Amino acid sequence: MKPFAYLRAASVAEAVRESAARPGARFLGGGTNLVDLMKLGVESPGLLIDVSRLPLDRVTDTADGGLRIGATVRNSDLAAHPAVRTRYPALSQALLAGASGQLRNTATTGGNLLQRTRCPYFQDTSKPCNKREPGSGCPAREGAHRDLAVIGHSTECVATHPSDMAVALAALDAVVLLYGPDGERTVAVTEFHRLPGDDPSADTVIRPDEMITEVVLPPLPEGTVSLYRKARDRASFAFALASVAAVLRVREGRIEHAALAFGGLAHRPWRARTAEEALRGAPAGDAVYLSAVDAELAAARPLRDNAFKVTLARHLAVDALAALTTRA
Amino acid sequence: MEPTSRGRSGEGEGRAAGDRSTLTLNINGTDHTLTLDHRTTVLDTLRLHLGLTGAKKGCDHGQCGACTVLVDGRRANSCLLLAVAQDGARITTVEGLAADDRLHPLQEAFLERDALQCGYCTPGQICSGIGVLGEAQDGFPSHATAPTAPVTGPVALDAAEIRERMSGNLCRCGAYPRIVEAIGDVAS
Repeated sequence: MKPFAYLRAASVAEAVRESAARPGARFLGGGTNLVDLMKLGVESPGLLIDVSRLPLDRVTDTADGGLRIGATVRNSDLAAHPAVRTRYPALSQALLAGASGQLRNTATTGGNLLQRTRCPYFQDTSKPCNKREPGSGCPAREGAHRDLAVIGHSTECVATHPSDMAVALAALDAVVLLYGPDGERTVAVTEFHRLPGDDPSADTVIRPDEMITEVVLPPLPEGTVSLYRKARDRASFAFALASVAAVLRVREGRIEHAALAFGGLAHRPWRARTAEEALRGAPAGDAVYLSAVDAELAAARPLRDNAFKVTLARHLAVDALAALTTRA
Repeated sequence: MEPTSRGRSGEGEGRAAGDRSTLTLNINGTDHTLTLDHRTTVLDTLRLHLGLTGAKKGCDHGQCGACTVLVDGRRANSCLLLAVAQDGARITTVEGLAADDRLHPLQEAFLERDALQCGYCTPGQICSGIGVLGEAQDGFPSHATAPTAPVTGPVALDAAEIRERMSGNLCRCGAYPRIVEAIGDVAS
């Protein structure tokens, strides 16, 4: 690890100002991913700006019945929050499906959104990687890509976004609040993470020196139910091979609202707009769910060794919708 | 918006010049003021600077749990915590669990159940187990908790709950069944 300077920010404004003054600075939240990447040599910031003690550690109700989550709220606290468990169970379940108890106690909401891919080539500085070193190539395409992307990938990059939490936030239409040198702005979680295209170096649309201050969940109409399902190689403490967050509202047998987001399949949480279009107004039932999910996954382009993830995602999504139907 | 910083008591100056800082960690009830390279993790501080070798370095990447300690009462992977960022924290290691000559009930339970073979992962298992007991008492759910369970109040720790909650601690000897039993003994 390279030596670095350290600054404990006294305010969001100071954090952003100091970051702008020092190219190569990084914000430090829980550090569970950043410190690891520094050990691996993937990240080598000259300055760490510690934002973990800023007063962004609260979960509060919004006036319209939504929920405001501070960027430094720990994953375990967010998963346990009664309002999250009651109103947004998909979010609580997604958080609890991720990492370990120790890591969830440390990891923050903002850091979870900004965590980097666990693609083995990205994490190994002895290997080429277009995300880490633009233009160096992507050995994953022909190499070890069993866990990597099946949809929305590019010739340059087949990485997946590793977060469970972000998948639930995408299905719940959450919004990210960003604070930067030009002030505050908001970005929908579904627009926050990028597809790799010809520039996989950027995971998100966050600008240099911007930091996440909050995530806001909109209110859900009465009768809306949600859940998170995840398939992985072991029963606990593993990244998703495929996962799904599903949000459903059914009235008199007809689907009023359906939101689906897949995890583990793409460079970002994959919001299934095609499936949702097919579901809206249709009669609730397995045949409808299956054809809607298949319409979405028709866009999948699996690599040599990961076509099984498409099948996994298909079953997870249909099962999730069926399970929600019995509760709706 | 410009919120101001909220820190632990005893927090020092925010700005640290160069690549070293002076900081204070309360380890097992005793304050230690140290000047450390910013790269130093809490785990290396314990092992290399304070001679507390209970917490172990297994993977050094947060994947094995051998380095687990309690930070302000909550379990964490000390290999991923930079000491400078923990200035003012209250840290409990396996060395700080016994009261005088009396072992912590979970330490006793590990002996009683023979919940180890080589013992390398044991300090992390025990600190993590104590974290689990506290989290369940405080009503923290896990992936094994039924979504229909009450959202407040303690969670009962059955074997499925313990296994899920302890998944961040690996044991290469495979002492898992007895680790689950030992934690279950103290939980009930």
